[in-house]
Amino acid sequence: MGVEIAARGQTVCAKLVGDIDHHSAREMRCVIDVAVRENDAKELILDFSGVTFMDSSGIGLVMGRYKVMCEREGRLTIARLPGYIRKVMKVAGINRLARIVEDYELPKEQEQEVMKVETTN
Amino acid sequence: MKRPINEMKVVFPSLSENERFARITVSGFLSFIDPKVDELADIKTAVSEAVTNCIVHGYPDKVGQIELCVKVFEDNTVRIKISDKGCGIEDIDRAMQPLFTTKPEEDRAGLGFAVMESFMDKIKVKSKLGKGTAVTLEKAVAVRTRV
Repeated sequence: MGVEIAARGQTVCAKLVGDIDHHSAREMRCVIDVAVRENDAKELILDFSGVTFMDSSGIGLVMGRYKVMCEREGRLTIARLPGYIRKVMKVAGINRLARIVEDYELPKEQEQEVMKVETTN
Repeated sequence: MKRPINEMKVVFPSLSENERFARITVSGFLSFIDPKVDELADIKTAVSEAVTNCIVHGYPDKVGQIELCVKVFEDNTVRIKISDKGCGIEDIDRAMQPLFTTKPEEDRAGLGFAVMESFMDKIKVKSKLGKGTAVTLEKAVAVRTRV
């Protein structure tokens, strides 16, 4: 459980893994914000394909990252949403804040930097 | 309403790691009525919201006790009561308004009650300042043939 970060230039992709609740969201958002800062990100992609559960803490996480990317004049993309998470997102009207895509592809680079951070939950 | 056909009660401290414990416990208990995957996801999400409220708002500065009761009735109605003995809610109507939160700095979306309302059939909130809050959630789960 946790976040897998993949960075390509100024694009940061954060793959969220496991349950997103108030307990796990705290650590997830710290990891994401550090990656965004360190890579001077202009685009942040949140990949939900590995998420097994999400409550409104996940919406808070998306809204918070939207603010972070706005301050950096960057863009937020949400990708690979499982069906039941789409339902939670709908309550919040997240589609007005972020671009929601079915799938995405990161620009290819010779060196692939993947950082894995495990969180406890 | 008639007497429940099955019920359980569990009491646990308001630690955030128990949010997961609470929803998994409810999910495990309800397995005997074999809810559909999406019904169970709705219930787990609502339970997670209510328990998070107890932890974040009921006991903001201390660890207190949270009580979780689940009752299942003959017609497969599930009633879940989540209560704390924390600080209570000053204005319930305002607290239940979508996007209203007293803790925006912690990335709280203010959608806990909105999620509970839209994922469950009924919600009842009782609160007394300084005494605590009790949230009762109800959902009719589709009856499936039991073997």
